[in-house]
This record gives sequence, C-alpha cells and structure tokens, in this order.
Amino acid sequence: MDWTIWLEWVLKGFILCLILLTGFAYLTWYERRALARMQVRVGPNRAGPQGLLQPIADAVKLIFKEELTPGRVYKVVFVLAPVFTVVPSLILAAVIPLGTSFNLFGREILLHISNINVGVLYIMSIASIAVYGIVLAGWSSNNKYAMLGGIRASAQMISYELALGFCFAIAIVMGNSMNLLDIVNAQKGIWFVVIQPVGALIFWIATLAEVNRAPFDMPEAEQELTAGFHSEYSGMKFALFFMAEYQKMIVICMIMATLFFGGYLGPGVDKFPLLGPVYLFGKVILLLFAMIWVRATWPRIRYDRLMAFGWKILLPLSLVVAFITAAGILLAQEFNNQLYFWSIPVLSIISAMVAVMFIYRDLRRKSHGRF
Amino acid sequence: MTSELIVFLVLSLVAISSALGMLFSRNAVYSALFLVLNFVTVAVFYLLLGAPFIAMAQITVYAGAIMVLFLFVIMLLGAESLAPAQSLPWQRPLAILLAVILAVESIYLVFARARSDLVVTAPDIAVNSMDNLREMAMTLFNQFLLPFEVTSILLLVAMVGAIVLTKQVKGEQR
Repeated sequence: MDWTIWLEWVLKGFILCLILLTGFAYLTWYERRALARMQVRVGPNRAGPQGLLQPIADAVKLIFKEELTPGRVYKVVFVLAPVFTVVPSLILAAVIPLGTSFNLFGREILLHISNINVGVLYIMSIASIAVYGIVLAGWSSNNKYAMLGGIRASAQMISYELALGFCFAIAIVMGNSMNLLDIVNAQKGIWFVVIQPVGALIFWIATLAEVNRAPFDMPEAEQELTAGFHSEYSGMKFALFFMAEYQKMIVICMIMATLFFGGYLGPGVDKFPLLGPVYLFGKVILLLFAMIWVRATWPRIRYDRLMAFGWKILLPLSLVVAFITAAGILLAQEFNNQLYFWSIPVLSIISAMVAVMFIYRDLRRKSHGRF
Repeated sequence: MTSELIVFLVLSLVAISSALGMLFSRNAVYSALFLVLNFVTVAVFYLLLGAPFIAMAQITVYAGAIMVLFLFVIMLLGAESLAPAQSLPWQRPLAILLAVILAVESIYLVFARARSDLVVTAPDIAVNSMDNLREMAMTLFNQFLLPFEVTSILLLVAMVGAIVLTKQVKGEQR
C-alpha cells in the first residue's frame, strides 16, 4: 500500500479530532452564552472579546487543578473510566461523511475517514459501548450516589437505545442502504425529515437521553445525587467526562444532520465540494442550538416517568412509525403510486398525535384532574 | 509471516488471556469486563474474515446490550464479590469430561484438515462484496425463513414469560 494513503488517513483523523476538541471547547462557550441570553443574563464576557478566550482559561484552570483519587476506589477502573467515555465519542465521527471529495495538488481527497458498508450499524455499536464509561465510573467510585448515577445511566441508555435503533432502521429503509454516504445521496431530492418528521423527532428525543442531556440528565441529577457518576472525579479526569458529553452532543448532531437533514448537501455543493463541510457545520450549529434551547426550557423529568416514557410511548411509537415507513415505501414501489409514499408523513403524524393524547390522558389521571 | 497472521496471533493471545482473566478474577465486575474484551476481540476476528455486519452485530448485541445488562444486575445486587458458593458435587467431573471431548474433537478436526490438505477458502464472493448485507438478508429470509421465525417466537415467548413472572409476584404481594 502506498505510504501517502497512510499519511492521508492519519492526517484526516488528526484533523477531525482537532475539530472535535476545538468544537467541544467552543460549544461550552456557545452554550453558556446562549443560556445566559435566554435567561436575560450576560454570560462569560470577560476573557477576550465577547468572552471568546473563556474556554482556554477554563482548560488552563482544569489542567492545574489538584487531581484527587479517593482512598477506597477501585483504582484501575477508576482511572480507565474517563478514557472509556471519551474514546467512543471521538471514534463515532469516523464514518460521518463531511462531503464528497476535492482536489489538492492533483490528488483526490475524500471528505470522510472511512466509508464502510455498515456505517449505521457501526454508529449503533459504538453508541452502545459508550455506556460503559459512565457505569464503570459510578461503580468504581465506591460511593452510593455515584453508583446510583451509574445504574440510572445504564438503565436509561439501554431503554432509549431501542427507540434509537428503530429510527436508524427508518433511515436505512428510506436510504435503501446502511452506508451513510448512500443515505445522504438518497436525500438529494428531499430531506428525510420531510418524509418522516416523527422518526426524526423520536431520534432527537432518544439521542438527548443517550447523551444524558437535560431534560434526561438523570445520571447526574444534582439535587438527588450530588453530581451522580462523576461525584468523585476532579481535575482533568472530570474534564474528560465533560469533554465526552459535549463531543457526543456534536457528533450526535452530525449524525442527525446526516440521517435526516441531508448531511453535507446544499445548493452548489456539486460544483464546489468544499461547501459540503460548511453546510454540515451550519446544520450542526442549528441542531446544537436546539439542544441548548431544550435545556433552557424543560425541567428534568422524574425518573419513573422517564422510564415509562421510553418504554410505553417511544418504543411502541417508533415501532409503528417504522412499520408505516416500510409499508409506504413498499406499496409506492409496488403500485408505482406516489400517493402511498406521501401517506407516510400523514400516518406518522397521526400516530404521534395518538401517542401525545395518551400522555396527556395519563398525566391528567395521575394528578386527579388538577393537571 | 504475513501481516494477517501476526494480527491473528496477537488477537488470539488477547482472546485467550481475556477468557482466562474472566474465569480467574475474583470480582464479578472484572469478570464481566474481561468478557466484554473477549467479545470485542471476537468481533475483530469477524472483521478479519471479511464479515463487517456480523462483527458490528456482535459488538452491538453482546458487548453493548447483554453485557451492560449483566453489569447492571451485578451492580444492582451488589454481587461483586460473593463468598464462594457450595460447589455441586457432580459439576467438576462433568466439566472435565466435556472439556476433554471438545479438545479431542478440535484436535481431530485440525489433523483431518491438515491431512486432506484442505485449504481454508475465503468466504465466497457474495459475502465479501459491497452488497453483503442484502445477500445476507436474502438468504436469511428465503433459505432460512423457518429457523428465523422460530427464533423470533422463542424470543417472544421468553419476553412474555418474564413479564408474566413479575406480574405474579405483584399480585401475591397485594
């Protein structure tokens, strides 16, 4: 094999990691500023213009903080747990296509690290591995609060993975492939979010639970568990958990954009392939804003309701929606009639409304009409 | 020595040592972690054989779902380091017998292969082609439809059984 191919791979991987790390640093700034704006505050604005140097100041602070290892922890696992959390969040990004390809010094450079045939399944498997870091952090801390956080995290992530899996299946069926590049190309005419808005919404909710973001941040619910699974962590080890959470947010938004919002597609991307990453970046910024918005808007939901919502609402709904999608596409192909195709969004939205009605009725019954 | 052989040898070393680690660690959580490592190694073996789908499914199902549940149960029951339980009297002889049978069988297979100099052929083109998923689905839903459906019914029965069992306990408490 040509050594330049190796060089290209290493460089691309390095650049992607750099982008994710910088993205993490500036996502914290973005989130704090946006949250402050929504709460009519100013937010960090002292370090540098508009507080743009704040992430660097934070990083310096975290590096020089004392790192404490409590006396009775399971040492090996305690040290490894942050690593297990960060690595999946970094390698998830390897299969996401950032664009098609461009010419650099007469050499065609593909804008993705690896274009594997089972890309969607790769994402699922890495996402399912990601739970280990949190669970092990909770267990190895040898602390009841941390342990409860870890147990909650594992239960929550397993429960919401099911609905997430069905949403992946929807995207696979619509794209007719497990290859992410094919899925993006299948959205040239119309984005999948238009055909299957409910699938995209379920995906969104399930990913919020997967990355433990508000309103599903049960593993670290402050008023119940102090800081949950990372109670005993300090300094750089804590920073790694923090980093993993924000990197997962970025990567999940990239996946969401790829599966449902046309990925790197946009006007003029065929002529200027370098526009691809720019479009993807824009979509990711918008989706991240939505995540921050959700955090600023909704209170944390109670743990039993979180589980009930995952198992009794999201799982059946995603099953129904996946069935509707598959049936609609099959019928449209069989009878060559676009009417069946457009029945997919209509029927999905109706089933989502039924689900919302069930939630409403259930909540009203539980609060004895005081709802 | 080709690079593939080196990778294979290193991987087998990891697989065997993680299996031994699983057997001999005193703490149930460490055992579970060694088993996860073992599953991931097996997934890499599948990748070496050119079957990415099975590799990813292996990681998702075994390492990602089943072992997380195991860990969950171990942590929930606080069963990390239980005292050694009373061992069953007939367990050890039976285990030794089964292990000997397995070893004899595998040694026989190895020698039978070597004598008839049957070269281990790579999986046929269909498995390795870009369309490997579609091929597999076709085989699964045409040639092996009955076993597939039976398996799914088996899983459904297990699920219903679990629900029924927990329901009964609730009824008795009332």
